[in-house]
Amino acid sequence: MSEPEQTPGRQLLQGNEAVVHGALAAGCRFFAGYPITPASEIAEHLSVLLPAVDGTFIQMEDEIASIGAVIGASLAGVKAMTATSGPGFSLMQENLGFACVAEVPCVIVNVMRGGPSTGLPTSPAQGDVQMARWGTHGDHPIVVLAVSSVLDSFSITVKAFNISEKYRVPVILLSDEVVAHTREAVRLPGRDEVKVMDRIRPSMPPDWYRPYEGDNRGVPPMAAFGDGYRHHVTGLIHDEHGYPTQNRKEIEGFHERMAGKIRRGFADIQMTRGFHTRDAEVLVIAYGSVARSALRAVEEARRQGMRAGLLQLITLFPFPRATVTPLLKQCRAVLVPEMNMGQISREVQRVNQCDCRVVKHNRVDGEFITPMEITRVLLKL
Amino acid sequence: MVIPAQTLRHTFLRHNKKFPHVWCPGCGNGIIMAALLRAIYRLDVSKDDIVLASGIGCSGRMPTYLDFNTLHTTHGRALTFATGVKLARPSLNVVAIMGDGDATAIGGNHFIHAARRNLNLTAIIINNSIYGMTGGQYSPTTPFGARSTTSVYGHIEHDFSIAELAVTAGASFVARATVYHAELMDRLIEQAIRKRGFAVVEVISNCHVQYGRRNNLGGAVEMIRRFKEQAVHVDRAEKMSAEELRGKITIGVLTDRELPISTEEYKKVRERARAARGGKV
Repeated sequence: MSEPEQTPGRQLLQGNEAVVHGALAAGCRFFAGYPITPASEIAEHLSVLLPAVDGTFIQMEDEIASIGAVIGASLAGVKAMTATSGPGFSLMQENLGFACVAEVPCVIVNVMRGGPSTGLPTSPAQGDVQMARWGTHGDHPIVVLAVSSVLDSFSITVKAFNISEKYRVPVILLSDEVVAHTREAVRLPGRDEVKVMDRIRPSMPPDWYRPYEGDNRGVPPMAAFGDGYRHHVTGLIHDEHGYPTQNRKEIEGFHERMAGKIRRGFADIQMTRGFHTRDAEVLVIAYGSVARSALRAVEEARRQGMRAGLLQLITLFPFPRATVTPLLKQCRAVLVPEMNMGQISREVQRVNQCDCRVVKHNRVDGEFITPMEITRVLLKL
Repeated sequence: MVIPAQTLRHTFLRHNKKFPHVWCPGCGNGIIMAALLRAIYRLDVSKDDIVLASGIGCSGRMPTYLDFNTLHTTHGRALTFATGVKLARPSLNVVAIMGDGDATAIGGNHFIHAARRNLNLTAIIINNSIYGMTGGQYSPTTPFGARSTTSVYGHIEHDFSIAELAVTAGASFVARATVYHAELMDRLIEQAIRKRGFAVVEVISNCHVQYGRRNNLGGAVEMIRRFKEQAVHVDRAEKMSAEELRGKITIGVLTDRELPISTEEYKKVRERARAARGGKV
């Protein structure tokens, strides 16, 4: 397969386009999707670019079919992705669970818009955070990442694919209408600057292959359909051979390995960015486009003499408590601004083991949270 | 050519799978599975190059027992997964096995669009007129007036013909058989897999446990004998009036046509894209 070529130098891109370039750089060669605002540009650009690199683009009949095709392509050995927004993401939940249970690497981009239901199709929101973690039924491992800029949209998309391949887990990439449609001048990293990871393939003879026997990380090597390692893939709880089981020990072992592979990889998966956190007394925890307003607000608060800091979350789930908890011990108050009713602030509350005051700042009126707004609340803490 | 059953068992059944299977005694699924295996045996392709995908229900369990690349997907979605597999690796022979509720109720949208899209896929639909695994509720192919656990006072909706739906939706090849016509069935399945384009084989099957019992149709033997009596080959059916065809099952090849295949067409898209972008992305 030919590799995509990067144009050197700066270019003016919107977040959705940067996701496309990130996916191609990460080795994504399959996209299936269904039109939806504000994510459609991802499909449009990939329909132009994928066939030029021997990849495949298909527009399916709905989002259920889109993620089905993505899972099928990944099982056939091709890195695959879909992109949608709230209503489509709701439709994907069933097959998303299949990808979790059958351990099929794939990336699902959700460009968040105002919800619930048809909601506010052209307004920004962050209302799908808890759905990204818990939307599909049953206990399941999953990774949720959030992007805050055009450059993020490139580099975190690459990371999303890498995590997905490394741990055989679906990764949800949360963007929002502001990041998706804002144009910024960026210099995308060259091909040699991008670290790309691929799933581990079986090295044993086919007769010895147990498709769901974890390695020392709890992640099974993955054979592609057609590679000679004939095996069974199912959404039923299965044994190491992939066959359905009702055996209590095997069921328990299955769940333990699924949770364990993410737990063991936690340090690798959790990504945050700290700004002025070293001596902070008051902390802002933010993610997505709101993190950029928060940074301006923190800098303004510093100018006015407040020792404020910002912790930007890139990984939302598994919740990066190893970084968050020490900062909660250090600070007297934490402000969590979100374009929802408080979906990450409840996670902050959950890991808050000390006397840190957790203050929410929420907007669900379809308006972006501005730096001034955050500054105002921050200075009162 | 008669293929000994033992050859089929030893060649295609998984020996490390813990049998018995989940199907009731007398179920038509075993006849259909054997017909599928005879067809594949005659195709003479490597087991490594066959993908068998299924949805949910009694039919959904078939791939579990067979030594191919097997994929037991979610309810109604077998064709969507199959589409991804086929597009990502067009050299594979991809066959989807579905039930009537699976393919035409919850998966109806995927079914008509797969037919319209015309990928080089094969769909085998086992039509037993009922949801068997969940306990005998009415399906899109339960006849008007029939009894089921959700229509104990008689079914008030009309059934549709799966094969005719496939023809209208644009499938390249559409055929129908019943579980009585086992040899015809394996020839039709072989033709369907060989066909370049979306190919559908509808197999009328018996669920005497959930459907026959509630509608006084007897056991497996009686139901299968009735299929024999109801079946009319397509050549003969063409000469019969609508009145004469009432209550009959038309079997044989209903449609076989040459249409552009989207897997082939996409190769042209790739060439155009490469030419337009001059290798730059």
